[in-house]
Amino acid sequence: MPLRKNSRMNYLDQLESESVYILREAFNRIDKLAMLWSLGKDSNTMVWLAKKAFFGHVPFPLIHVDTGKKFPEMYAFRERYAKEWNLNLVVRPCPPVEEVDQSLPPAARSAARKTLGLRNVLKEFGFQGVIAGIRRDEEAIRAKERVFSPRGEDGTWDLKDQPPEFWNQFNSDVPPGTHLRIHPLLHWTEIDIWRYCQREKIPCVDLYFAKNGKRYRSLGDQDITSPVASNASTIEQIITELQTTKVSERSGRKMDHESEDAFERLRADGYM
Amino acid sequence: MNKLKLVIVGHVDHGKSTLVGRILHETGALPEGKVEAVRAMSEKRGMPFEWAFVIDSMQAERDQGITIDTTQIRFKTAARDYLLIDAPGHKQFLKNMVSGAAGADAVVLVVDAHEGVQDQTRRHAYLLRLLGIRRIIVAVNKMDLAGYREDRYQEVRKEVAAYLRSIGVNAVDINFLPIAAREGANVRARSAAMPWYEGPTLLEALDAVPQPLSVSDLPLRLTVQDVYKFDERRIIAGRIESGHLHVGDTLLFSPINATARVASIEAWNAPAPATAGVGQSVGITLDEDIFVERGHVASHSHSAPVVTNVFRASLFWLGRTALVPGAQYRLRRGAAETPAVIERIDRVVDTNTLASGPGDKIEWNGVAEVTVRTRGLLAIDHHADNALTGRFVLVDGHQIVGGGTASTEDYPDQRRNSAPKGTNLFHVSHRVAPEDRARMNGHRGGILWFTGLSGAGKSTLAVELERRLFAKGYQTFLLDGDNARQGLSADLGFTPQERAENIRRIGEVSALFAEAGMIVISAFISPYRVDRDRIRAAHGEYFNEVYINAPLHVCEARDTKGLYRKARAGEVKDFTGVSAPYEAPIGPELEIKSGEWTTERCLAALVDYVEEHLAYRPAKIRVVK
Repeated sequence: MPLRKNSRMNYLDQLESESVYILREAFNRIDKLAMLWSLGKDSNTMVWLAKKAFFGHVPFPLIHVDTGKKFPEMYAFRERYAKEWNLNLVVRPCPPVEEVDQSLPPAARSAARKTLGLRNVLKEFGFQGVIAGIRRDEEAIRAKERVFSPRGEDGTWDLKDQPPEFWNQFNSDVPPGTHLRIHPLLHWTEIDIWRYCQREKIPCVDLYFAKNGKRYRSLGDQDITSPVASNASTIEQIITELQTTKVSERSGRKMDHESEDAFERLRADGYM
Repeated sequence: MNKLKLVIVGHVDHGKSTLVGRILHETGALPEGKVEAVRAMSEKRGMPFEWAFVIDSMQAERDQGITIDTTQIRFKTAARDYLLIDAPGHKQFLKNMVSGAAGADAVVLVVDAHEGVQDQTRRHAYLLRLLGIRRIIVAVNKMDLAGYREDRYQEVRKEVAAYLRSIGVNAVDINFLPIAAREGANVRARSAAMPWYEGPTLLEALDAVPQPLSVSDLPLRLTVQDVYKFDERRIIAGRIESGHLHVGDTLLFSPINATARVASIEAWNAPAPATAGVGQSVGITLDEDIFVERGHVASHSHSAPVVTNVFRASLFWLGRTALVPGAQYRLRRGAAETPAVIERIDRVVDTNTLASGPGDKIEWNGVAEVTVRTRGLLAIDHHADNALTGRFVLVDGHQIVGGGTASTEDYPDQRRNSAPKGTNLFHVSHRVAPEDRARMNGHRGGILWFTGLSGAGKSTLAVELERRLFAKGYQTFLLDGDNARQGLSADLGFTPQERAENIRRIGEVSALFAEAGMIVISAFISPYRVDRDRIRAAHGEYFNEVYINAPLHVCEARDTKGLYRKARAGEVKDFTGVSAPYEAPIGPELEIKSGEWTTERCLAALVDYVEEHLAYRPAKIRVVK
């Protein structure tokens, strides 16, 4: 059987196949489905995987919950690829920072605007499922996530009592008034994303590449994201850098580090 | 790079955390200076250093967003990458353990050399086997506290081996090794303290575990997730759970039993492949527009899955409310979903003692052997043949509440239904109409189909009924199980498949007799409802199901042929009621309570039934005035 050898998958193929399976489950099981597109490397990968899953089509709307404070390069990227990838793009602004929980630390407050913005979009369109590009290796709280993760009314997450999920069977039914978060990249790591972007030639914003000894490892709002010291100006160099670094990916995201429980509070309230 | 997913389990305090800490240390996965820092801190607090402190300290750091993941810890050897899954084993977190551990490729079972096998050792091993994790490395830990003695190691090894064997783990899938995690003995480096041990170290044993995808020589199973018509293509999308397919292959779709050839394997932004294999999410087009939908399973026709609506299963129950027989759930096998009931709880299993007994419910976190009946036909595999497609989950409301592995051996495959194989067949109509025969005989033709346990009295009643009906002028004939087995079905044995075929043949012969105008009494155990229903479906106008109902204990007490005794002794295999199931009729035409009634009362009821239903009453003759 000479063909068998050729059809064996490598590691990136396995990751891709798993994500495609998850996206297809979501599309079949959930009537009103959307995907969050934050314009970063992970969500671009997710759009790419959707095109793989649905053979060149993206059969649900893409939502950009816009804080209005992204980098200009990101907005340019959005306009270009929404057209090029033939996306059904929905852009909605986030409410002003005065409307969020004032007991949160400042950067988390800024991030919480996205939670509110997302809640409004869900209400406006009646979405029962939103696909989000979070990964287990990003952050301790996200590590505890399920692939199909139920959210209560108002989008809240019950970390302590999550439903069982095994054997590729997902809890894909939603009680009325609640929704599901679907996480097709949960099992990927930062370096996996870059290796896949490299292999597939997935475009990304060039803020990820080093200029003057600095680059962004993770892209959020301008005022709460800072670059890390790096000379990696190509994907190859980024991969090499990640193989040796002991600095965490989200070290430049201020909201993760303001207080011990800030991120957990954000997520319990419905943050991505 | 390929990763091996690993889960470490064991009884509390048998050294799981210590082992994790030591593995991370030996493989260089710990941040620089970490061990020294924890050692210094322990000294300052006046406590002996523990490897578990390293893990705790990393967890604390991680929660501040700096180091690695708590639920999935990564490390690597020269051979490959590993993902260590944290699967909390406390009883109340079973659903979390199941969610974490179900994806593991191999398990390290840590057993304290001093304490030996304990409750959680058994419980974890049992559940992991149920979850389908086959590779088990048993690390007999704390050998330092057992004086590195070989005899103690062998004792524990034997104890663990006996338990694993009793739950059906193959010896070839188990490695045993003696370690002292705290000292690092036999973790990476061979221990000088245990020169008598010549096997691999723990890391060597891990590196020797085959990558799971490289061992798949199983038949093709592609479960259809969806059918897409985004453009002119009609793409069948799904994931290959086992085996391989090629463009041009003829695929058999189950349970609908339709075939078509693979016209193409579709791909976006990549050349269209000619072949696809296990694990791949694919999209294919077919050369014919046959009806295919989500849940159907594609295979090659020579190695198809079982099609059934009833099977036995080992089940673990995660529902907060106890599972009771008869309650409705939704059963999911791959992408197929159908309503299902747990028809019967055959045994409730105590995972500690493996003692199993009857039960009328399965409590939260309980394990049991059950009989499952689905409303629709399901394509499923015997779990021992294909672990991936031989398992299912139960859903209640909005949540998965249980998982199980299927045993399809006791029931016949229902794929081969009554559809004839030949295509150029024409029914020859008779010149003599049934009505003519009935007028001549004074009664209609019909089948009295006696079903019931061995010893219920089928043959006794059938023989006497034939005599009495004959005496009353009825054309009757008796077809008996043992007689048919000597001729018509001499080539058949007693597997579910062969039993089904035997009953099909007798059903057809009975129908011929009935068509010829006779009253045929067919006395066969015929344990499967589906077989009897098939005769009813094919020959409903003649078929009268008569349930000869005597409880098992009555039949067993009678044991006229001595068969129950032999079955209980294991001398007769697949014996209905003892080692093979009996499915009582639902709504039979007639029920004879042969366990309670006298033979005379039974016979009277039978004769009455015949006279009422089969005696010829001519259509009313119009009287012209």
